[in-house]
Amino acid sequence: MTPIYLDNNATTPCDPAVVAAMLPYFTEQFGNASSIHSFGNQVGLGIKAARQQIQALLGAEHDSEIIFTSGGTESDNTAILSALKAFPERNQIITTVVEHPAILALCERLEKEGFVVHKLRVDGRGRLDLDEYRALLNDRVAIVSAMWANNETGTIFPVEEMAEIAHAHGILFHTDAVQAVGKIPVDLKRSQIDMLSLSGHKLHAPKGIGVLYLRRGTRFRNLMRGGQQERGRRPGTENSPGIIGLGKAAELAMQHIDTENSDVRYLRDKLERGILAKVPRAYPTGDLNNRLPNTSSIAFEFVEGEGILLLLNKLGIAASSGSACTSGSLEPSHVMRAMGIPYTAAHGTIRFSLSRYNTLEEVERVIAAVPPIIEQLRKISPYWNEATNAPAEKAFAPAYA
Amino acid sequence: MWDYTEKVKEHFFNPRNAGPLADANAIGDVGSIQCGDALRLMLKVEPTTEVILDASFQTFGCGSAIASSSALTEIVKGKTLDEALKISNQDIAAFLDGLPPEKMHCSVMGREALQAAIANYRGESWKDDHEEGQMVCKCYAVDSALIKDVVQSNGLTSVEQVTHYTKAGGACCSCHEQIEEILVEVNTARCEAPAIEKKEPGPVAEAEPASKPKLTNLQRMRKIEEIIESIRPMLLRDHGDIEIVDIVGKNIYVNLKGACMGCALEAATLGSIQQKLFEDLGEYVRLLPASQLEMAR
Ligand SMILES: Cc1ncc(COP(=O)(O)O)c(C=O)c1O
Repeated sequence: MTPIYLDNNATTPCDPAVVAAMLPYFTEQFGNASSIHSFGNQVGLGIKAARQQIQALLGAEHDSEIIFTSGGTESDNTAILSALKAFPERNQIITTVVEHPAILALCERLEKEGFVVHKLRVDGRGRLDLDEYRALLNDRVAIVSAMWANNETGTIFPVEEMAEIAHAHGILFHTDAVQAVGKIPVDLKRSQIDMLSLSGHKLHAPKGIGVLYLRRGTRFRNLMRGGQQERGRRPGTENSPGIIGLGKAAELAMQHIDTENSDVRYLRDKLERGILAKVPRAYPTGDLNNRLPNTSSIAFEFVEGEGILLLLNKLGIAASSGSACTSGSLEPSHVMRAMGIPYTAAHGTIRFSLSRYNTLEEVERVIAAVPPIIEQLRKISPYWNEATNAPAEKAFAPAYA
Repeated sequence: MWDYTEKVKEHFFNPRNAGPLADANAIGDVGSIQCGDALRLMLKVEPTTEVILDASFQTFGCGSAIASSSALTEIVKGKTLDEALKISNQDIAAFLDGLPPEKMHCSVMGREALQAAIANYRGESWKDDHEEGQMVCKCYAVDSALIKDVVQSNGLTSVEQVTHYTKAGGACCSCHEQIEEILVEVNTARCEAPAIEKKEPGPVAEAEPASKPKLTNLQRMRKIEEIIESIRPMLLRDHGDIEIVDIVGKNIYVNLKGACMGCALEAATLGSIQQKLFEDLGEYVRLLPASQLEMAR
């Protein structure tokens, strides 16, 4: 039984072409890009080429706008902390309730330090209210940070429009585009986005490499002090194999962006429809008309996500859940809660995230595998009545809440 | 993914006694959907002998919750209700060759369902007395609810004290920041408590010691038992236990069991239990290992 990987929003395998491009940079091309000799020079040229590949994928105007970092988390932290340092007279941040912890946990810390954080709420489909956003803008806001696409539901935020609104008020705009880049077209030169985070391992490059896009002319303060690498904006000897890999992955992502939006979308839709057609009391979450082409988040009522994942895993199928139990906390995913998904469903939310490597045959296998698993777990759920194949008519109300 | 034992996986993939039990005469419903766990335990009790003839469960929860429920039904079958009441969450976890620290609450839920079912059979009402919070100390599996409670009731002010009372933060130290936050939260709330609640100083306060009725010997022993009982859940979490062997005047002799025994924190454990006895009882007592009882005799 060949395994089926449907957890590409968590991480992706490196494309073989990416690995091939990287390999020489562990051996022959081991030099330090800052060195004057030929060992270093070759590496420097490789990094320059990679920077241009990423510039192309992002549609950035200048290649110097690309700063290599260790990944999405570092880029997110750098962007926000830089804005606060660069605008010391401003002490407010606007973000959203559904951001990744790379933003939310930082904001929580900043709140404790005295900064004011406004978190935009979302509706039942995970959408923002732009009027709420406009009303919050004021000249004490240092930065707005909103994700381009949500990692759990794939819901896309109108970040280009939001950036324009922020600019109209003279406020910097950052977007965590870790899930968006490579899946939907991005053209930064035509936007007013000042900063953007991306992460290699979400687009078939290795882990531990990422980018902070920094629009030319944007005020910036670096996170770490050190050497002159990345023009001093991100000191430390370059992760040359990672950078080369990310460059190659960016080139491949550009070639496949149409595939993502045709083939991958087709498979995703087929998977989602196939499951929903066969499982009662299950529904997709997020903004179904405006989401990443690869992501499907399905809430299965009255069952818990971890059980589903364990049973899927037994069949060689890898997905993930917004359930509490997989994370060690007791609360279900903050994204599901923010959308007001009831607890009975939030705990049973499963995210299937596809990539261009998935096949129709795989999708068909998953469509066949899921319904019996849900049925099996519902059979032993106190919230479900097996005889009627419906929720228990006398609501199960345990002794404590 | 969690590091589940083979036994946990086995009971998850092939749960025993799952589904409704038609002629159940003892039903315990516990848990909460907010926490992602809920369990209905159904027992068929033989009325004259009170032997549990059959047991089944329905569980909404993660893999270990289902496995714990399955284990519980296997453990209780054939036992009398009184025997069943002695089953601890540790017994459930041990039956499964252990659970990850973050998942110990699944075994606690099992024990509670059992208590609730028996209370239901006996026509008593059962009230949950434990609250769960975010796992703070991953080394010793201590959650925020327990730390808050201990900080609150003992007026703790430092991480060190929290470690002495709960073991939390006693190993890798990565949770010290979280413990500090809890200390700040609880202690600020205490300071902000409305002033009216403060007792009036003066004659009333002075009269207080006299107004506290002196306990009879029996009452005192019951009280000591009660206090020890209230501490047990904390020890059970750490795979330990405590039992009172004898009470001789001011000396209370106890047996520490399981992981508590010989554990590096044994002395600290005894010390903090003694402190609690001292505070709750309102008199000075000494907590001694039962081994010293022989010597005393
Ligand atoms: C939306 C989003 N932001 C940030 C990150 C963090 O990226 P990294 O793992 O590269 O630090 C992730 C990945 O988990 C993500 O999905």
